[in-house]
Order: sequence, then structure tokens, then C-alpha cells
Amino acid sequence: MATQHSRSAARLMMAPAVILLLGWMLVPLIMTLMFSFKKYLPLRGGDLGWVGFENYVRFVSSSSFWPSVMATLIIVGGVLLITVVFGVLLALLLNQPMWGQGIVRILVIAPFFVMPTVSALVWKNMFMDPVNGLFAHLWRFFGATPIEWLSQASLQSIVMIVSWQWLPFATLILLTAIQSLDSEQLEAAEMDGAPPLKRFGYIILPHLGRAITVVVLIQTIFLLAVFAEIFVTTGGAFGTRTLTYLIYQRVLESQNVGLGSAGGVYAIILANIVAIFLMRAVGKNLDE
Amino acid sequence: MGQIKLNQVTKSFGDVEVIPPLDLTIEDGEFTVFVGPSGCGKSTLLRLIAGLEDISSGHIDINGSDATNVPPAKRGLAMVFQSYALYPHMSVRKNIAFPMRMAGIDEAEQNRRIEAAAKALNLTDYLERRPGQLSGGQRQRVAIGRAIVREPAAFLFDEPLSNLDAALRVGMRLEISELHKRLETTMIYVTHDQVEAMTMADKIVVLRAGVIEQVGSPLDLYHAPRNEFVAGFIGSPKMNLIKGAEAEKHGASTIGIRPEHTDVSMTDGMWKGRVGVAEHLGSDTFIHVHDTGLGDMITVRITGDIQAKHGDTIYLTPQLDKLHKFDANGLRAG
Amino acid sequence: MARAVTQKRKIINTVAAWGIGLLIFFPILWTILTSFKTEAQAISDPPIFLAFDWTLENYGVVLERSNYMRFLWNSVIIAGGSTILGIIIAVPAAWSMAFVPSRRTKDILLWMLSTKMLPAVGVLYPIYLIFIKLGILDSRIGLVIVLMLMNLPIIVWMLYTYFREIPGEILEAARMDGASLKNEILYVLTPMAIPGIASTLLLNFILAWNEAFWTLNLTAAKAAPLTAFIASYSSPEGLFFAKLSAASTMAIAPILILGWFSQKQLVSGLTFGAVK
Repeated sequence: MATQHSRSAARLMMAPAVILLLGWMLVPLIMTLMFSFKKYLPLRGGDLGWVGFENYVRFVSSSSFWPSVMATLIIVGGVLLITVVFGVLLALLLNQPMWGQGIVRILVIAPFFVMPTVSALVWKNMFMDPVNGLFAHLWRFFGATPIEWLSQASLQSIVMIVSWQWLPFATLILLTAIQSLDSEQLEAAEMDGAPPLKRFGYIILPHLGRAITVVVLIQTIFLLAVFAEIFVTTGGAFGTRTLTYLIYQRVLESQNVGLGSAGGVYAIILANIVAIFLMRAVGKNLDE
Repeated sequence: MGQIKLNQVTKSFGDVEVIPPLDLTIEDGEFTVFVGPSGCGKSTLLRLIAGLEDISSGHIDINGSDATNVPPAKRGLAMVFQSYALYPHMSVRKNIAFPMRMAGIDEAEQNRRIEAAAKALNLTDYLERRPGQLSGGQRQRVAIGRAIVREPAAFLFDEPLSNLDAALRVGMRLEISELHKRLETTMIYVTHDQVEAMTMADKIVVLRAGVIEQVGSPLDLYHAPRNEFVAGFIGSPKMNLIKGAEAEKHGASTIGIRPEHTDVSMTDGMWKGRVGVAEHLGSDTFIHVHDTGLGDMITVRITGDIQAKHGDTIYLTPQLDKLHKFDANGLRAG
Repeated sequence: MARAVTQKRKIINTVAAWGIGLLIFFPILWTILTSFKTEAQAISDPPIFLAFDWTLENYGVVLERSNYMRFLWNSVIIAGGSTILGIIIAVPAAWSMAFVPSRRTKDILLWMLSTKMLPAVGVLYPIYLIFIKLGILDSRIGLVIVLMLMNLPIIVWMLYTYFREIPGEILEAARMDGASLKNEILYVLTPMAIPGIASTLLLNFILAWNEAFWTLNLTAAKAAPLTAFIASYSSPEGLFFAKLSAASTMAIAPILILGWFSQKQLVSGLTFGAVK
């Protein structure tokens, strides 16, 4: 509902954002695609010509490929599971009447403001260090042998660090959604004789559906790209090499741009598969 | 100067034609009301004149020059919206000043016009407040003030009173009428309320499904509705429309008689019926009469009071010189 | 009708919530505390909570070791610049989507969001090459551009959701009042959307401040922001807990302080405008 004049103005005003993003997406994408079909070693001869699908075959047949896909899925899935489940519980708790609600809320959201390099370093050294870390002190206090977190339970440790960073986000979104729930609905259910667990299952949880979708979508976008947490903790060792990190190593550490680019194309395809599912869910939510 | 002329104007949204070719001339200084049931295209028509929507074909002249492709800002028209559309972040003074600021009018002149408008609209004490701190009626006046100071060629009102309560509505109706008398500027006013249309308009345009059913003065429409739709829409309570044998007696497909043009007697008359509900307004009484054998219920309006109880037998006699006759196409006959 | 809650239940809630809140906050608190300890006390077993010899020595060492102010300034320029630039580009786009929607609006919005799904690592080398060609590797302007593009979809999305709450009639009124498109956006839309714009600004400032892929890979000495400053402590300096803590505290303090003062906007911004 608008005039031709405002419609053409709208197109014009949308143009900068659209063109910039299109360029940002297409130019590097086309270059990556091109490199992926080449033998390209910047430090060992540079561009050595076209090699067809060789890079693609080599990337997948490398022994590190499937473990890296697994590591990626475990980290994304693990963090999503932890943040959504604890986020719901925490949001339910914070929604209850209490003293100092505002301050508790700040305490809970604080980790979101900590940059990933800081949180990874703090967790790695001050908590997970097997000699001087706080966890080691705690374990020794109970007479147990301290765990070498980042080598013995490396993936779990990283899931824990990343979950700590993203729990605030999930909690806050879910809390906002719970607060928008009409309390009369719950009271009506209570009058109808529904016990607390049923009230949660039949009224609160469905009401949170949209919020959970948003949490999953936004977190997935960021979690697929988790980098700094691995970079400063294990450097990709002990089974924490995600697809992102594997490609990074191929490109920057072994300077094999062709191979890394083929990996990049795989990562892009993987991300797009995830994206299609998520976008469909979000698109539905947009219509509401 | 504010003559507005629509020439073969049409409007379609996608494949749906909401306004088929339409001609209309609104003369300078005229108070014109677009009236019709909701969804009849009256607001769309107003937005086409305002320039907030494009017309699909035809052209619009304002003051004799083609304004079809002129953007709303340049048409020299002022609009008062249903929601008032005040700028919530500006004081009343700044709201009223906004169109002048956009037009680059110097500050002294701005202040002069603001003071004058505020005085005329009883807003002097509220100039420094924000719209959020005002009542509905005051917001309405700010919206009008914002329109006045531009000294527009014409004012456009889009159902401006529909968000006010009944008592305020009557008061604002009068204020707008008085404003028109004083400014003598063209005004186009959209409403679904035929009472507003009858009381305010110089000229009423009755619309249905994007088509103009009739254009005329309020009394033209009342006394000589061009068709059954206008007959039923204008006047309150609604005209009684009777089909069938009774209509054929008068040589018409449908006859219409207004409730106030029916004589009532408890003893004898042309039509016999049974009293359903009697609504006592004090000055008038509306009686809904059933079982007259004329099809639908008949409503009559009597000045003063009458002792008629539910279930009483009652006799009705239409004033034959006030009878409206319509042919099979619903058009006025004779 | 709110029900009267028994005092006992409120006490239980309070204790539980504070307990969990403090547990979540503890790593930050512990870092700040440790930054004031001596190295020996920082690793003492059992850990010392408050009864240590408070010292500022670590901050002195950290400041001496590297030019903190330069990293800080780089962070401010990069995060601030990319966010402001992003908002300037996004406001007109969001205006178009919110007030002149077409059948494709939703698709464009989703496409924009989907560009965020593009793994950065997949295009790292091309960007690297382009940066070298343009001579903007290890420059603040280069990072401003990249982070702006990174966050642009989120900025557009957030502004769009905030703008949609503003009634279109008010913008039409401005148009009738003779405002040009520029004035309509500048004098009517933007002031009305200030809370939403502030939330968007804050959240994206934080996202840019904390971004740790491009800032680590596209900078060296000149343009490195605080993320890189901290990454240089990864080893073996990381074993000096007190100094690591001091550096960490200095890296996160600006954001924590900013967050403290603008909680309301942040809480609203943190939901990305997606949940009301």
C-alpha cells in the first residue's frame, strides 16, 4: 500500500544494503570456488593450475574430515541442548517473585559481554589448568585426581565454555517470552485442575515455541563459526578440530589454499543445509 | 482556492479493482462528505486525493492543474487521520509547527500562526505538552491545528471522530463545522456515520463498492434517494422497504416509507400489526411493528410519547405523498 | 490478579536465584579478584577469596608490557565505526522493508540473515587477498568494513522489527505535512525509534567488540584490537594468572561498564528484537 514514488524510493534506499551484502557474499564465494579447483600453494609456487575435483576428493578422504564434522555437530548440538534446557529452567526461576531480581538478571547476563578470547583463556588457565586451576583445587579437596580437562575431556570442556557464554542469551530471550504469557491462562489451567508439571507442558512450553526457535536460529549462526575458543585453548588438538578450524589450518597453517577452499565450499554447503531448515522455521514465525 | 476534480479515476490492488472509473468534482469551499459502509472505498478515495496511494488510471486536478503525479507533500492538502498521527516525540507546539518548518516559513510567522490556531482550538495552555499527556479530544484538536496552520487548499479528514466517545463526538462535529464556516476552505470528510454526513455536509457522496451511488445535498438525498441503497443508508432509523403485492398496488417493485412518515393509530389504519419493542427516547418513540403481512418488521417514529405495549395491536398509515417508489433494478421510479 | 506469594516461597526463590546468578557470574568475579593478587596468591591452594594483599602491580606490568591504550583505541574505533556505519546503511533499508513492504520483503530479509550463515573461514583467504590488493590488511578501516558487513544483517533485522511497531499513519502525516523522504526519516522516524536504535547500536557494538575471527586473522601490529591483545596471553604468559586476570579485566571492563549503565536497552537489544 504505497505509491509508485515511495516504492521506487524504497528500492533505492534498500540498494546500498543489498548491494553491499551481495558483494560481500558473491565476490569471496566465487574466488573460493575458483581456488577450490586449483592447486594453490602461496608459499610453495603459488597458483599451480587447475586440478578439477582433486581438492574436494582429498579434503573428504582426509582422516580428519569426518572427525571434524562430528566435533562441529557435538559442539553445536551440545551447546544448544544445554543452553535451551538450562535457559528454560533459569527463565522459570527468574520469573518468580524474589528480592533483587534486577541484580540477579545482570549477574546472569554478564558472561555475554565477555569476549571469547578472554573467556576461553580464563577458563583454560584459571579453572581447567590441571595443576593450579580452581577445578584442580576442588578435586584435590575431595581427594580426587584432578582431570586434565582440555586433553582428557576436551570437547566437553569446550562445550562448557561456549555454553557459559551463550546461556545468558537463551535465558534472556526465554524470560522475555515467559513474561509475555498471560497469567490468566495459567490460573485458568490451575482452576481446571492441571498440576504444575502439566501446566508447564501444555501451556508454558508451547508458548515458548517461537522464542526457542529464535534461540536455536541465532545461536546456530554463531556456534557454527566458533573459532576463538578453540584457537586459544587446544588449538584444534585432542579432537576439538571443528570443520571451521580444519579449514583454517589448511589455509593458514599449511598454506594449502586450494584444499582449504574445497573445505570452505563443504562448510558453506553444510551451513546452507542448516540454514534452509532454520529459515523455514523462522519464516513461519515471521508471519505471525 | 481548492477545487478538486477526479476524472475517470480508477484504483486496483493487484487484480482487484476497488474503484472502477469514477468522476467527481468538489467545488472550492465546499464541505464534502464521503459516506458508505466499511470497505466501500471511501478511505481509499481520500488517500488517492491525498496522494498517499497512486491512482491506476485517470487523473486528478487540484485547482485546475494536473496533480496526478504530484507527491503528497506538494499537493497543498492537509490531512487529519483517524489515529490523529501526532508526532509523539514533539510537544504540541512542535507538532503544529512541523508542516511550517518543512515549508521553510520563518519563525515569527510560525509563532503567529501557532498562537492563532491554539487560541481558536483552546490549546493555548497545552502547547508545551506532549501528545501522550493529552485527552482524545485535545489530540484531535492538535491534529486539526497542525492542518490549519498550513493554510492548505483543502482539508482531508479520515474518520476523525471515530476514536472519540459519543458526547465528545457531537462537540467536535460542531467545532469542525464552525471551522469550515470560518475558513471557507474546501473540506473532504470521510465517515461511515450517516448522521455525521447529514449534519456537516454541503454535499454528500454515497459510495458502495467503489461506485458513487449518489451525489447531492443532505436534503436531496433524504427526499429523493436515487436508489434503494441510498434510501436505506441515509436517514435514521432506516427507511422501511416493502416489496411484493403492497408495492405493486403503487405500481412499483419496491416502495419505501420513512419511519417518521407513517401515521399511527390504535384503532384503524391501512396496515395492521403487533407492537414488538417500543424504544422511548423522550422526544420521540420508535416502535418496531411485526406481523403486518408486509414482509420485514416495520419501524415507525412518533413525536412525543405513545402508550403502546408489547403485543398491542397497532394500525399504520403511510403518508402517501412521502412514499418512495423503486423499480425492479432498485432505481427510483417516478 | 496477582496472587499473594508466601514469604517462605519468596525466600527460597531468592536464595536459589542468587545462588545460580553468582555461580554464573563467578568466573568474571574470580578474574577481577585475581587481578589484584600477587602471582603466588593467585595459584595458592586452598584459593584465597578476599583476604589477600591487594595490589595494582599486575596492571602496571600489563601496561608496561604492551600498549594497552592502542589496543583499546583500536577496539573503540573498529566496534564503534562498524556499528555506526552499519546503522547509517541499515536505517533506510529497514524503513523500506517496514513501511513499503512488497511480496519480496520477507525473502530479502531472510536472504540477508542467511549471509550470516556463510562460514567466515570459507572466505578467509579471498578476503585476505582482497585486503592485500587494497592495501587495507592490518588497518582499522578494513576491519570497520568487514565487521560492518558481518553485522549488517542483524542491524537491518533489529531495526526492521523496531520500525514495524511505529504506525505508518504517522509517517503518512509527515508526508502530508510536506516532509521530504529525508526529513520524514530524520525528523519523524528516527526520533521515534531512538530506543530501538539505541538497543541495536549497543548490541552490535558489543558483538563487534567481541568479534574474534576477523580481528585475529586480519590484523597484526597496527590495527589489533583487544581480542588480539588478550590472545597474546594464550601461552605461556597464561600461566601467570594474576597478570592474565589483569589483562582480561582490562579487556572486558569497558563493555561491562557500558552494559551496567545501559541495561534496559541492552536487555531489549539482546533479544535481537525478535521476542517481545
